[in-house]
Amino acid sequence: MSSETHEVAHDVDAHPGTRLYWIIGLYLFILTALEIGCYYLEDTLGGMATPTILALSAAKFILVVMFFMHLKYDSKIFTGVFLFPMALATLVIGGLTILFHVLHPMGM
Amino acid sequence: MAHSTAVHAADPAHLDTSTGVDNRKLAFWTFIGSECLLFGSLIASYMAYKGSSRTGPYPHDTVLADGTLVPGILDVPLTSISTAVLLFSSLFMVLGLAGVQRGDRKSGALWLAATALFGSIFLGFQVYEFTHFWHNGLTLSSNLFGSTFFMLTGFHGAHVLAGVLYMSTLATLVWTGRLGKDKSLNVEIGGLYWHFVDVVWIIIFPLIYLIP
Repeated sequence: MSSETHEVAHDVDAHPGTRLYWIIGLYLFILTALEIGCYYLEDTLGGMATPTILALSAAKFILVVMFFMHLKYDSKIFTGVFLFPMALATLVIGGLTILFHVLHPMGM
Repeated sequence: MAHSTAVHAADPAHLDTSTGVDNRKLAFWTFIGSECLLFGSLIASYMAYKGSSRTGPYPHDTVLADGTLVPGILDVPLTSISTAVLLFSSLFMVLGLAGVQRGDRKSGALWLAATALFGSIFLGFQVYEFTHFWHNGLTLSSNLFGSTFFMLTGFHGAHVLAGVLYMSTLATLVWTGRLGKDKSLNVEIGGLYWHFVDVVWIIIFPLIYLIP
C-alpha cells in the first residue's frame, strides 16, 4: 500500500462532511455578530462586556481549530505541538499585560 | 512488510513513520507552533502599551486631562465587515479541501479561488484602513499605538498576502488537474496555514477593536 493511498484513506475517513462545515461557518458568523453587539452594548453590559467578548472570541478560536483545522479528528500529537507554544504565547501576553497595566500602570 | 500491512488494515490513519503521523503535516504544525510565538510577542507588545500613548491619534474615544473629547480613529463597522470576509474565506477553504478529497476538481478549484478572492478583499480593506490612518496622522512613529498597531496588523496582513498567493497556486494546480485526490494532503496543509491566519485575526480583532 503506497503512502498516497494511506493519505486518501486517512483524509476521507477522518474529516467531517461539508454540511458540518456550513454549520460551523454559521456559528462563527453568529458569534462574531454577538461580539460586535457586545461592543455596542458596552454601556449596558458594564464590566461584563470585556469578559463576554473574550469568551466569544475563545469559542470562535476553538471551533476553527477543532473543526476547520481538524484537531478534533487528527492525531493528538498535532494538538500537543500546537497547544504548547500557544500556551507559552498566552502566558507572555498575560504576563506583560499584568506587568504594564496592573503592577506598573504607565497612564496616559 | 506483512506486519506493516496488517497494522494499516486495523488503523488506516497509521503511517510508516516513527510517530505514526505524516511527517509533512507534523512539520507544518511545528511551523504553526513557531508562528504562535511570533504573533504572541507582537500581541504582547500591543497589550503592554495599550492605552499608553501620550499623543493622538487614539484608537478609541478618549477624554484628555482638560476635558476635551478626542474621537477614536478605529472604524469598527468597517473592520467588522472585513472580519466576516476572512471568516467566510476559512469556510471556503474547508469546502475546497472537501472538494479535492472527493475528487471533484471543479468544486475544489472554485472554492480555493473563492478563498483567495476573499483574502484579497480582506487585504483591500486593510490597505484602505492603513491609508486612512496615514492621512489622519497615525504612522509607525507617531505614538505607541501607531507603532504596535502597524507592527501587529502589518505582520498579519503580510501573512494574508502570502496565503492569497498560496491559495491561488493551489486553485490553479487543482483546476489544471496537477493536484488531485491522491495528493489532497497538500491542500490540507495549505488549509492549516489559512485557518491559522484566520485564528490570529480572531484573537487580534477583539483585542484591538472591541475592547477599549
